[in-house]
Amino acid sequence: MSVHGRVSGTMTSDTDTLLAEDPITGEEIELPADVEVGEIIDSPVTGTELEVISLDPVTLEEAPELEEDWGE
Amino acid sequence: MHVGILYSRIRKDEKLLLNELRERGHEVEKIDVRKERFGLESTTANVGDLDLVVDRCLSTSRSLYATKFLDSYGVPVVNSPETGDVCADKAKNSLALAEANIPTPATEVAFTKEAALEAIESFGYPCVLKPVVGSWGRLMAKIDTRDAAEAILEHKETLGHYEHKVFYVQEFVDKPGRDIRALAVDGEPIAAMTRSSDHWLTNAAKGGETASFELDDRALELVERASDAVGGGMLGVDLMEVGVEPEADGGEGSGEYTVHEVNHTVEFKALDSATDVDVPAKVVDWLEAKAAAAADGEEVAP
Repeated sequence: MSVHGRVSGTMTSDTDTLLAEDPITGEEIELPADVEVGEIIDSPVTGTELEVISLDPVTLEEAPELEEDWGE
Repeated sequence: MHVGILYSRIRKDEKLLLNELRERGHEVEKIDVRKERFGLESTTANVGDLDLVVDRCLSTSRSLYATKFLDSYGVPVVNSPETGDVCADKAKNSLALAEANIPTPATEVAFTKEAALEAIESFGYPCVLKPVVGSWGRLMAKIDTRDAAEAILEHKETLGHYEHKVFYVQEFVDKPGRDIRALAVDGEPIAAMTRSSDHWLTNAAKGGETASFELDDRALELVERASDAVGGGMLGVDLMEVGVEPEADGGEGSGEYTVHEVNHTVEFKALDSATDVDVPAKVVDWLEAKAAAAADGEEVAP
């Protein structure tokens, strides 16, 4: 399943974080300010892996599920 | 240097690498392989001006093909497609280690469940059945009885991808509750750690606890030879300690090892946390040397 998050990217008063919308719950979540496209983060709300799709504006999607040939 | 990173996910490992590269002032080209196309003579990926490309693909199939195409364009890439080809397949991996006379667990491959059952019975119980492609301990089976063997083989034959019809059967190594992961660049270790668990699978990805480990001379020798056996590069060499006597239990501290696997798109975040070594810095040191060698017209493979 691929779920798009709302465009956000608001800087918080703490400049080490960004705000974005969790694409699954719709809740606002904090991201590290140095987050980058392609980065996988764990949703602090559900623990679901989210992928950063874009930065300007910040967009999150549910990360692809594990596939059989993934690994080292 | 201008370095490309092949990826489909930026995990903590890639983030550590990217941060180190940028802190040193290197220009980084992130190449999301999901978005690119690879033709016989060129690619949509922006690789023309790159001094070196680092393969960090999470997907083995993408890793193998993308590096092969880049190599065909003359783009220096680590690890090489040849190394990836050997490391991505456990059967080829085992053969390479055995051909180099490196101690490695006894292994047989069979193509039918009947022949696989014969292999299993010849090893005795317990023994291990692994998929030839895969990682993180997924779909590995420790087989304790003939009943279990028959059931697992039937499931694999019925449900599996064609690669699951290559039955990779291996002796069970009675390791001392831990195995060893060494990260090495062209055979030279950067750092090593143990991965411990009460479970027979001790992979960090399976929750194994990690701790720094000092490689002794024998382990250093085996890491170097294992790296050479698969073609070199940045590799995760996995060893198990074994008893000197055939009947000895465990083998912790025995100074004897068996090398069960060499990984070509090695993760290092756990190693970076478990040891005092600045792993990404060491990796980038090596990448800089590789890029310089490529600029001098040398092969990036050792």
